[in-house]
Amino acid sequence: MKRLRFILQKEFRQMFRDRTILAMMFMLPLIQLGILPLAMNLDVKNINLAIVDKDHSTYTQKLISKIGASGYFKIVATAPAYKKALVTLENGTADIILEIPASFERNLVREGSQPLNVTADAINGIKSGIGSAYLLTVIRDFNQEIRLTGNGQSIAAPAMIDMASAAWFNPYEKFTWYIVPGVLVLLLTLVGGFLSALNIVREKEIGTIEQINVTPIKKWQFIVGKLVPFWVVGMIVLTVGLLVARLFYGIIPVGSLLLLYLLAAVYLVALLGFGLLVSTISNNQLQAMFIAFFFIMIFVLMSGLFTSVDSMPTWARSIAAGLPITHFMKAVRMIILKGSSFKDVSSVFIIEGLFAIGLNALAIWNYRKTQ
Amino acid sequence: MDPVINHQPPSPATAETAIECRELTKKFGDFIAVDRISFRVQRCEIFGFLGANGAGKTTAMRMLCGLSYPSSGHATVAGFDVYRQQEKIKQHIGYMSQKFSLYDDLTPLENIKFFGGVYGVAEKEIRERSHDLVRSLGLDREANKLVGGLPLGWKQKLAFAVALFHRPRIVFLDEPTGGVDPVTRRQFWDMIYEAAEKGVTIFVTTHYMDESEYCNRVTIMVDGKIEALDTPANLKHRFACDNMDEVFYRLARTARRSDS
Repeated sequence: MKRLRFILQKEFRQMFRDRTILAMMFMLPLIQLGILPLAMNLDVKNINLAIVDKDHSTYTQKLISKIGASGYFKIVATAPAYKKALVTLENGTADIILEIPASFERNLVREGSQPLNVTADAINGIKSGIGSAYLLTVIRDFNQEIRLTGNGQSIAAPAMIDMASAAWFNPYEKFTWYIVPGVLVLLLTLVGGFLSALNIVREKEIGTIEQINVTPIKKWQFIVGKLVPFWVVGMIVLTVGLLVARLFYGIIPVGSLLLLYLLAAVYLVALLGFGLLVSTISNNQLQAMFIAFFFIMIFVLMSGLFTSVDSMPTWARSIAAGLPITHFMKAVRMIILKGSSFKDVSSVFIIEGLFAIGLNALAIWNYRKTQ
Repeated sequence: MDPVINHQPPSPATAETAIECRELTKKFGDFIAVDRISFRVQRCEIFGFLGANGAGKTTAMRMLCGLSYPSSGHATVAGFDVYRQQEKIKQHIGYMSQKFSLYDDLTPLENIKFFGGVYGVAEKEIRERSHDLVRSLGLDREANKLVGGLPLGWKQKLAFAVALFHRPRIVFLDEPTGGVDPVTRRQFWDMIYEAAEKGVTIFVTTHYMDESEYCNRVTIMVDGKIEALDTPANLKHRFACDNMDEVFYRLARTARRSDS
């Protein structure tokens, strides 16, 4: 135990002497959490629309002004012919073309129906999909209006199911509320994962590990000595991150802060165990960097940060379930946004606890004092 | 350059054994780095391990320090087996590797404290002795500066002092004076003699043949095998040479392995 104290003292000294680590500890959560969630906004806005209006009637004027008033569309071009409009789609100025045929108003009044043509640039699938859907909603609304008030004669409105929805836990459906806790978890994972993955291997590279291996130090003492300082860094990153979430985005955890910290404490031990395992496997920092990057990429894309884990294919869901970050991400959102209690996330504690024990045991086992 | 202290080797009849090897071998695949070496080192002896680059000196030393598993053969260090009791060996030895491997981002005092603590030296004792040690190394003014900024010679002296700080029975020095200036080398050998006088067994590898003259006994390794093992005087007599340089040249020129 006394020996562990000397080891910790040395590790803390080295860490606090490293200005980069100190700077990253505060700047990373401050800047990245301050900026990234705003840029990562998945709400589709500013859809560039080109309109081919061959009718030039009152109805088309009404329709176009309705589209403009919706707030989602920017009318970037009005072209006399579809071919001309297609050019704007091809060169990227427009995302969607709406073509209104010449007989629009007449056909609507006389025959009560008139097809419209919507062409979308599907390279950005999300934008084209959601944009077209918005456009169709606007057109459908317009359709309702003219059917009710339209051509002098009153038409009975068809039976309609009207839906009223309420958004719970994120009442304004703010994107940042969803993404900020996710980015916070991501930052914690990046900082902890990379710092720990690069540490032991650095000692291998500069040769100091040899001097350590020739001492009677116990393997677990060495690993714990590496783990504790990074754990402290992780907790600081979490604290700065929560402050940023509060000051920049007004996100105040609904659930217990203590619970959040306890869960993060266990998760960090698991994550650092992973990093240290990578570090014991690698022979140099470049290798460690690549291995860590390989896994952290998977962590980021499969954890449910951007995409819902529930909508992944079954095989992908089972991979996601095998990552410590997935469970932590979900639990953090639950605690911050929903105010979940210990009972709600107790299974996550057990899972992270098992990961923590397993990964650290592997790191200790894989660290060899005698080759 | 004679060392100031004239160290008398222990007489073979009464001395205790510090290190013993029988047919110790290390293979890396087909390559036999160390080929069935056998020898016995007595307590308080200064035992020199000579050989060209790639002769297998460092590999042999790493096995004895418990850093590497032997492929076959037997060896005990401080009475402990190299296969099963590496951690016990490590408690009783000091080690200084070829490459400087103290922490550059710690001060001399912090390095001493860390390694002393890891070896189980009490904090109070560390505090008392480390300041004296730093002073005797002439590092008083650098005691609180980072080690990374020190000249190599000072670093090596510090590394040697750290290897001895926990009062090990045996200390392994892997080319301790490589790249060090003649004055510092001289001081270094004074330190080695001083340690041997206090009862520490010294196991040292070197390239410098003048240094081999300071050893009580010398082993010359060629291509993983021990070609000669005796006192410097006997070796010179046997090969009818004036100095160790010539002895070494006669043995080592048959080597087929060069720089590894």
